[in-house]
Amino acid sequence: MRTEHLALSARGVKMQYRDRGTGNALLAIDNIDLDVPDGAFVSLLGPSGCGKSTFLKIVNGLLPATAGEIKLHRVAKGREDAMVFQDAALFPWYSVLDNVAYGLVCAGVSRGEARKRAAPFIDLVGLKGFDDKYPYQLSGGMQQRANLARALAVDSAILLMDEPFAALDAQTREVMQAELLRIWNAAKKTVLFVTHQIDEAVYLSDRVVVMAARPGRVIADIEIDLPRPRDLSVKRTPEFAVYEEQIWRLIAGQYGKTPQPGAAS
Amino acid sequence: MTETAAFRVIHARVPRRRDPVSRWYRRNERAALSAAGIVSFIAAWQIGADAGLIDKFFFSSPLDVLAAGAAEVQKARFWEDVKISAIELGVGTLVALVTSVPIGIAIGWYRRVSLTFDPWLNFFNALPRVALIPLVVLWAGLGVEMKTIIVFFGGFFSIVLPTVEGVRTVDRQFLDVARSFRAPERLIFTSLVIPGTLPFIVSGLRLAVGRVLAGVIIAEFYAQTSGLGVMIARSASTLQPDRMLFGVLIFTILGIGLTEGIGIAERYFQRWRPSIDLEEAA
Repeated sequence: MRTEHLALSARGVKMQYRDRGTGNALLAIDNIDLDVPDGAFVSLLGPSGCGKSTFLKIVNGLLPATAGEIKLHRVAKGREDAMVFQDAALFPWYSVLDNVAYGLVCAGVSRGEARKRAAPFIDLVGLKGFDDKYPYQLSGGMQQRANLARALAVDSAILLMDEPFAALDAQTREVMQAELLRIWNAAKKTVLFVTHQIDEAVYLSDRVVVMAARPGRVIADIEIDLPRPRDLSVKRTPEFAVYEEQIWRLIAGQYGKTPQPGAAS
Repeated sequence: MTETAAFRVIHARVPRRRDPVSRWYRRNERAALSAAGIVSFIAAWQIGADAGLIDKFFFSSPLDVLAAGAAEVQKARFWEDVKISAIELGVGTLVALVTSVPIGIAIGWYRRVSLTFDPWLNFFNALPRVALIPLVVLWAGLGVEMKTIIVFFGGFFSIVLPTVEGVRTVDRQFLDVARSFRAPERLIFTSLVIPGTLPFIVSGLRLAVGRVLAGVIIAEFYAQTSGLGVMIARSASTLQPDRMLFGVLIFTILGIGLTEGIGIAERYFQRWRPSIDLEEAA
């Protein structure tokens, strides 16, 4: 099913802010071109400040870009894209079920129908039996599962994930990475995944798009040719280490070239 | 000679089994201690008054207050006063609540509404509203209407300011979620702005309880027409401290009752919040 068509195609996307204090224009993203084929898992990897989250927000429509164009493949019904947020951002006054149903309610589905359609996604992300719990009763990992289920429930063609595991502890993060691959397999989604963790990007992705900061731009686009389905043991293979090393060199090389904030100039 | 110990040993604390009485006490410590505090104060007052240590002429005594109350509830005039005060309080507070919440949400949410009305809010909030009583008397006379308006003022400004504050502090990331899923404007209010603001509205309500009770008493003192405030003022000026204190007691119990009622409503509406159990923390 892959490469039949592009789920997302971005050309020349630019994002410019005006610094409130100095009045200077700040180039957050400079000329990003990106193609994401249908069904692929693509990661945007880069240091903080490289504009990767900003790019995701532009795709999602939360921010307007200063220049450029983004095409999302139109789908017959439902949304083109849905966002999985960095902090789970579950409404604390809604039960898990109502949180997962929220995207459907936003799309105009009645609350009862939305709950009915949301329920299977709670099972899919492994939260069976937690429908009536409130977010404060869930652990960080479980909140992220609900966050993911909320985005899955609207049945969008492409899933935008904004460092969803960054706030989790290392062990929970690995469990969630494996879970994400299982769900990705089951749900057959296109995923655009933002992260600053090299091993996370390599483990999950078909392609890792490496970005540099100041201004945010793409410096490499690396095909990850590791067999699927992958379990966590793939992280201990030499092939995996080669990819990690290659990407690490790319990012480390950037630090040699651009002055670091706070460094004497 | 023995060596000096090289280690400080920290022993585990084995929970002791307690007898039923002290177990009951530990479970009901809060209720038991507050009841004991109230009972001993009243007992000391009564004993002091009986022994002549406390001058009954100024301070009355608990039994005298009860007796005055028993006599009072026989009178038609008393129930007329209760009815008047209840109407002023009820109507004034209700109108304040149903107007202040939507207005507060509008001011907090829409930037232009906020810019337009902020000076007025600050003006009325800074103004000691009792100072407006003579003006309100000019508009509405000395009857129930004027006193209801004073109650309304106290309630309205207590609720509207926290509501504005609550809307303005609605978490941005929840707003991002709503916008990301293309929530219609109406849904943004019902799913996000109102639930997020509710705790602020409740704390405004708590503030309002004191303000509306003070409002009704002050307005009745000023107008001297009818209501429990008049009963209190007249009793004091005719040297009946027991009857006066009975009037004060009614307002006190009303204030406690309203505050408790708000607490119950709050716990119902905020069952999504982790509860902080004071007993356990102690």
